Formats: sequence, structure tokens, C-alpha cells
Amino acid sequence: MPDLLLDVRGLETQFKTPDGIVHAVNGVSFGLKEGETLGVVGESGCGKSVTMHSVLGLIPSPPGKVTAGEAFFFGQDLLKMTREEIRHVRGAQISMIFQDPMTSLNPVLTIGRQLQDPLMLHTGMTKNQALERAAELLGLVGIPNAKDRLNDYPHQYSGGMRQRVMIAMALSCSPQILIADEPTTALDVTIQAQIVELVKRLREELGMSIVWITHDLGVVAGIAQRVLVMYGGYIIEEASVNDLFANPSHPYTLGLLGSLPRVDEAEHGKLFSIEGHPPVLYQKPTACPFAPRCKWAMERCWKENPALEPISNEHRVACWVDTKTGRSR
Amino acid sequence: MNSQSNEVLLKVDDLKMHFPIYRGVFQRQVGAVHAVDGVSFEVMRGETLGLVGESGCGKSTTGRTVLQLYKPTAGNVFFEGINLVGLKNEDMRKTRRRVQMIFQDPYASLNPRMTVADIVAEPLMVHNVGTGKEIQERVAHLLELVNLNPAFATRYPHEFSGGQRQRIGIARALALQPSFIVCDEPISALDVSIQAQVVNLLEELQEQFNLTYLFIAHDLSMVRHISKRIAVMYLGVIMELAERDELYLNPLHPYTQALLSAVPIPDPIADSKRKRVILEGDVPSPVNPPSGCRFRTRCPIADKICAESRPEFREVNPGHFVACHLVK
Repeated sequence: MPDLLLDVRGLETQFKTPDGIVHAVNGVSFGLKEGETLGVVGESGCGKSVTMHSVLGLIPSPPGKVTAGEAFFFGQDLLKMTREEIRHVRGAQISMIFQDPMTSLNPVLTIGRQLQDPLMLHTGMTKNQALERAAELLGLVGIPNAKDRLNDYPHQYSGGMRQRVMIAMALSCSPQILIADEPTTALDVTIQAQIVELVKRLREELGMSIVWITHDLGVVAGIAQRVLVMYGGYIIEEASVNDLFANPSHPYTLGLLGSLPRVDEAEHGKLFSIEGHPPVLYQKPTACPFAPRCKWAMERCWKENPALEPISNEHRVACWVDTKTGRSR
Repeated sequence: MNSQSNEVLLKVDDLKMHFPIYRGVFQRQVGAVHAVDGVSFEVMRGETLGLVGESGCGKSTTGRTVLQLYKPTAGNVFFEGINLVGLKNEDMRKTRRRVQMIFQDPYASLNPRMTVADIVAEPLMVHNVGTGKEIQERVAHLLELVNLNPAFATRYPHEFSGGQRQRIGIARALALQPSFIVCDEPISALDVSIQAQVVNLLEELQEQFNLTYLFIAHDLSMVRHISKRIAVMYLGVIMELAERDELYLNPLHPYTQALLSAVPIPDPIADSKRKRVILEGDVPSPVNPPSGCRFRTRCPIADKICAESRPEFREVNPGHFVACHLVK
């Protein structure tokens, strides 16, 4: 594997529910290059989080199950690893931060203790070494008086500071990949700006690859180099960040960008809105999942599901329609 | 946008809402959460006033206190010239027909055991408007207004998606033909593609019925889109109030400047050219707010005077109010 750090191919994940099987991810393939930040965008239920959770073996099973696919990381297939094996990858080489910093920390353990644990597990440090490193890490993520605050409990930290602790924890074993699952969604905009700046700085200092999952196209524009747009369990568009925003090509991406008012524009006309609502995936789609909401939908779109095809170098789209002319590509 | 008059529909005058904190065996009051601490503004008939701020700044409490869902600690609220504070229950009940509210969470604000028809008809029943048949017709009409199929009236809320539920909430708010609606973060729980649908609907209804909105939100881009004038709150106080384009192009208060610069723009090239003001630290506790200016602990330009006295909320340009000592 020359330049792909993580290479995911044909990933499928399903969930058994009382109402039937939900096809959350339906054959997703992507690569993560060394040192890049990859944004994964989509609305709730599009499969963006499930995709990354599947790769790390974090899908609760039952009811969830990864039914197909491969995910290569340094020549090893993460999806074929035993629980014990993947436990040593997770947290050490690939680590994750979650959306809700309030619920992802243990309320009855001190911050210091929670930072120590992964260090002792993955790097074999002694208790004192780990504690020293923990203080260093808190300083790195910009928490003042780091040493004194190691003995505090999570409730003594504010939301933004808890997310910083989560980041410190994720970085503690110097991972090659950091997966951030909507890390700023629960935070206010001024705190979100702090966290985004922090992650950008750490990326430069530590040189890791980042997968940033979000529903906010604005955040992606500021942090990612490449973007995947997901809908109905599929990747429907993939492009470099500049290309995606300058030349959005899937009707869904176009609709999403059109429905966002911009804080820097004095445009007060009617917002472009996508009619209808996202699909619930009780069946694996046999047609384009976006067809029911698409104003360009042709006969073919109701019969087959378009594959992700390149339209230019590094820009791939799963759609037959050229939205500029309204005709078939 | 629509027929805006210069008639003041709602006038809020130095409104305060402090929630007491009780401690100990005797439940003595040991302090108070200063959720809203002296807020004044006016809303003209037919306009949308946006109220923005971060979580915990008191924007929702302001909305609820204006509607007398909380009994305010001090201050007055004049609606169509009548002071709502201290109004007798019976008189308040009559006024409630004309002031309504749309809530943030479309999952929690609808009773799961009532059908959609019952939910939308409830305000009509409570206020004794019309006979059974008239109410039925009115409900069907209201559902059509918010683009829901009246045939769905016998279904329960769980059968609807988030965006559809919010439409039910809007139909309920419209049932009594109000003139003023407090929209408390009506779109923040919805997906991006659905948000635009609901905002467009709110704008259409405003035009059709000459409604006046107090639109509470933390999404500054959406507020710029929907509001005519915007008030920025921080820790229980309004920091700045101006016409929307004036506020966004010429923000005067350091907090407004930082807040606007923190909003990400969905355009990588424009975003990389912007200058960011990153605020240090977090919002202080409203139990024990800083002396003088509430913002001084995080303000990049704070001076000695900011700790000593509370800045007056004054008009610096016509229609542009700001509460800061250092703005000329």
C-alpha cells in the first residue's frame, strides 16, 4: 500500500430491528491518504457514522452486523480481526472522538485516571510515567494549569474543555489516524471555532490523518482537503474540497449547498429546499436512493442505482445527469 | 418582504428573570440564576426580530418570559399597548389567543397519545371557538396551510418525521389566528435539507397572515436569512441590536464580531480568507455574573472601565444599539 493509509472496499453494514433489517451502509469504498483530512458529510441516518464505527469494530452486535467488505490498514484487514486484536489497534494506532463530550467520559473517575488508562494499556508506561504524560497532553490541548486539573472530575469541566480532554485522550498514544465523529455538533460556535483551530494545529504538529464526520458543510470547508458526501448508505460524491464547493455535481450536494443561507451573504430570497425527506432503508435500494427527491430524475434512475464514476481527476459522482445541462452525461 | 408598519406590537422594557436557588434544610434562598437581566427591545407589527446567542445566554428564557410562561422578576411587557405583567388570569387567557409559541423539539412538544387532529384542535377547544363541525373543518384547513395531507389527521405523532412534526406544531400555533409567534429554535433539531422547507413555510405564512415573529436561534446564518432586525444576547443581556445587514456588515460589539467570525462558511476559498477572532475560555456562570460588562472576562479589548460599570445600551447609529463602553 504505497500511499493509502486506510483502504476500505465494499463495506456493508446492516441492523436487525423489530420492523425489519435496516441497510445502513450499502457498499462503501474509499481511501484515506497519509496526512490528509477527509471530511464525511451527510444528514442523520445516511450511514456516515456507521461506516466509521464498522471499520473500528464498534458496531454493537447484535443488532448490527458488518455483512461484507474489507478495510486494510498496514496490510491487515481490520474487519477480520478478533476483538482482542482490534482492541490493540483502536486507541493506539486509530483513535476516535465522539459527538457528545458529556456522555463519553466516565463521571466517577478523575480526568487524570481516564487519561492514564489507555497509556498504560497500549504503551506499557508505569503509573507515574502515564500521569506525567497525561499532564503534558492536557497542556497540548490548551487546558490551563494542566497538572492541577488532573484530579478533577468531568463535571468540573465545561463542554468545550471536555471535548479537549477527549482529544487529548485520543492523541495520547500518537495514533496515525484520528476519527472525529461530529466532535463540534454539541458545542457553541465560538467553542467550535476553538476546537477546529486546535485540531488544525495538532494535525500540523503531529502529522496524523484525520477523518472528520459532520453534517455541517461549513466546518468541512474549513478543515478538510477531500470530502465524501453520503446519502442512503452510499457515497454519492467524492471530490477535493475546492472542487466540491466550486463544482458540486450530484443533485443532492447541490440541494444541500442551496438550502444553506450564508452568514457572509446578503441574499434574502427564498431558500432552495429539497422536498421530501431522507429514506428509511428497510430494503437495499435497487434504484437511485435520491430519485424520489430529485428534480432531474429520469426513467433510468428509478430502475438502476448509478455507480460512483469519475467525472474528472479525483472527482467522482454517482449520478447520470449532468446538472448543468439537465441531460444524461 | 411584506407589509411592515411602524406600529410597535410588542415592547419589552427592562425585563428581568432570576430563578432562585434554594439550599439547606430550611430551603433558604442562597442565590439566583440571572437568566435574563434587564432586556429591552421592541418588535414592530409584521417584522421578524431575530434573537441570537450561545446556549445559556437567556434567549429562550426571554421568549418564555415575554409570553408570561414565567413570572418575571422585574420589568414590563406591553403587547398591543396592554401590560402583560400582572395581568389577571382571565385577561391573560384572552390575550393568549393572539400570542403563540413554536417549540424547538418536535418530538417532545407533541403529546404522543393524541392524534394530529386532537393536537391541532386543542387550542380551539380550550378557547371555545366554534362547534365540533367547524373545528373539524378548521383543522383540515390548518393542515393544508402547512402542507400536510388532511387525511393524516387521525394519525399519531410518531408516524411523522421531524420536519412533519414541526409542521404540526406550526399548525397548532396558527389555530387561534395569533398576531405574534415566538419561534424558539424551531429548526435546530432538523436536518439541513428539512430546515429550508420549514423556514420557507414560516416566511410564506408570515406574508399570508401578516404575522410577527420573535425568532430565537443560535444559527447565525439562518437568522440573517429570516430576520429583519437582530438582537445578540450574552449572559442575560442584549449586547447589540441592529438591522440584519447593518449587524453583519458592521458589527460594533466585540462579542458580535467574534461570534460572526466563528461561523463557518460553506466555501473553502472565502473561509480561508477570513480573519478569525477566537475567544478564549467559556461563558461565565449566570449565578455569579462578572461585574460591569458581562463580556469583559473574554473580551479581547476589555479595559478598566469595563469592570467598574455596566455599559449603557445606547443608539450609536440610527437603529443600531450597542452595549459597550469602548465603541465610539
